[in-house]
Amino acid sequence: MRELTLAGLFGTLVQRDLLLALRRRADVLTTFFFFVIVVSLFPLGIGAQPETLRTIAPGVVWVAALLASMLALTRLYVWDHADGTLEQLVLSPQPLVVLIGAKVLAHWLVTGLPLVLIAPLLCLQFDVPASALGVMVVSLLLGTPCLSLIGSIGAALTLGVRGGGALLALLVLPLYIPVLIFGAGAVTATAEGMPSAAHLSLLGACLLIALVLGPLASAAAVRIALE
Amino acid sequence: MAINIWKYASPQTFYPLAGKLAPWFLGLAGVLALLGLYIGLLLAPSDFQQGNAYRIIFIHVPAAWMSMFVYLVMAFWCAVGFAMNTRLSFMMALALAPTGALFTFIALWTGSLWGKPTWGTWWVWDARLTSELILLFLYIGFMALHAAIEDVRRADRAAALLALVGAINVPIIYFSVQWWNTLHQGASVSMTRSPSMASIMLIGMLVMSLAAWMYAIGASLLRVRIIIAEREQYADGLAAGALS
Repeated sequence: MRELTLAGLFGTLVQRDLLLALRRRADVLTTFFFFVIVVSLFPLGIGAQPETLRTIAPGVVWVAALLASMLALTRLYVWDHADGTLEQLVLSPQPLVVLIGAKVLAHWLVTGLPLVLIAPLLCLQFDVPASALGVMVVSLLLGTPCLSLIGSIGAALTLGVRGGGALLALLVLPLYIPVLIFGAGAVTATAEGMPSAAHLSLLGACLLIALVLGPLASAAAVRIALE
Repeated sequence: MAINIWKYASPQTFYPLAGKLAPWFLGLAGVLALLGLYIGLLLAPSDFQQGNAYRIIFIHVPAAWMSMFVYLVMAFWCAVGFAMNTRLSFMMALALAPTGALFTFIALWTGSLWGKPTWGTWWVWDARLTSELILLFLYIGFMALHAAIEDVRRADRAAALLALVGAINVPIIYFSVQWWNTLHQGASVSMTRSPSMASIMLIGMLVMSLAAWMYAIGASLLRVRIIIAEREQYADGLAAGALS
């Protein structure tokens, strides 16, 4: 049998989760189109004056990203929990924190990254100045991994709990607030011709904290769920 | 005579102790509240800018202090529960949550009642108001998660983990909201009060805070008794009636 290094195991797990996501394409596409539809609803509800749209665009895109990420979270552990894979991961001699990190990375690649890529196009619908598009992408690139990392704690805590979806929203959305503020703030600042470096730095700080503490807390939560 | 406090880490021995202590704390809360209200409503002079509307601070400020402090105490018990694996710690955290949520709600409600005559609006998206609102969401999330999980042991640990994550997040949320507020819109309303608060007002507020403390301790002791009685009924055949 081939001996796996920790890095090799990490890669294998990411690959496995990506492959599984590819097999269940509908799940991934649902999240993606949910994001697109939610963003498109706002002009219909608020009215299509370009100046209004331009002001609300960063907030709308970011709130939609929050909701889409939260919607996708319910599926982060649920399949592995149902078929016993999660139990095997907990029992394996490798540190659970690393394995959880791999799962979260795969989850972000599948559900977070598509949102980052489509966001500039949606921003064009909102008449956002071209100069702010880059900042939008960077802020989402820094922010959406944060959402996956924080959300994975909530997803693990609500594993197998009745009413899991609504409960997950209640637990996770308040914790998302700093990411929302700095992410949307960066884009708004750029659109108003102000520097966005402060917002982006703080967003990066949030990401670093989430990178360190998110997998740790998620691993603890998975252990609690499987006790 | 040395008292072994560890003895009371067991729910069975803590149950009668809590029963003996709770009436004292609640009684003290009643006396202090009456005294505080007497100072606040009758002795303290009315403010030259805000008239009598300011008197709501005798409820509002203690409630706001307690709302944040109770969350910290809750997180502390959760941490103790994780570190020492004591059931009673988790029960204390669970018993504190409704009291904390209540104080948060009172702080929000009285703040809004004060805001209308003073600022001319029920609500502003000020940093303190917003973080207080988010704190209420965190309390509700804690209680909802605990209520949703059937297995008590798992519910205790899951909710405790959430409380700890929340405790790390509270300062981040507070500062993010504050910076959001200052970066986005000019301060429409200044929260700073007149610099020299009459000492009688301060005394009234401190007495009311003590009353709020005593109430929080008394109420959570009563609630922890109910939680113990509920759980011990199912555990190893010990009927609730066996606890005195």
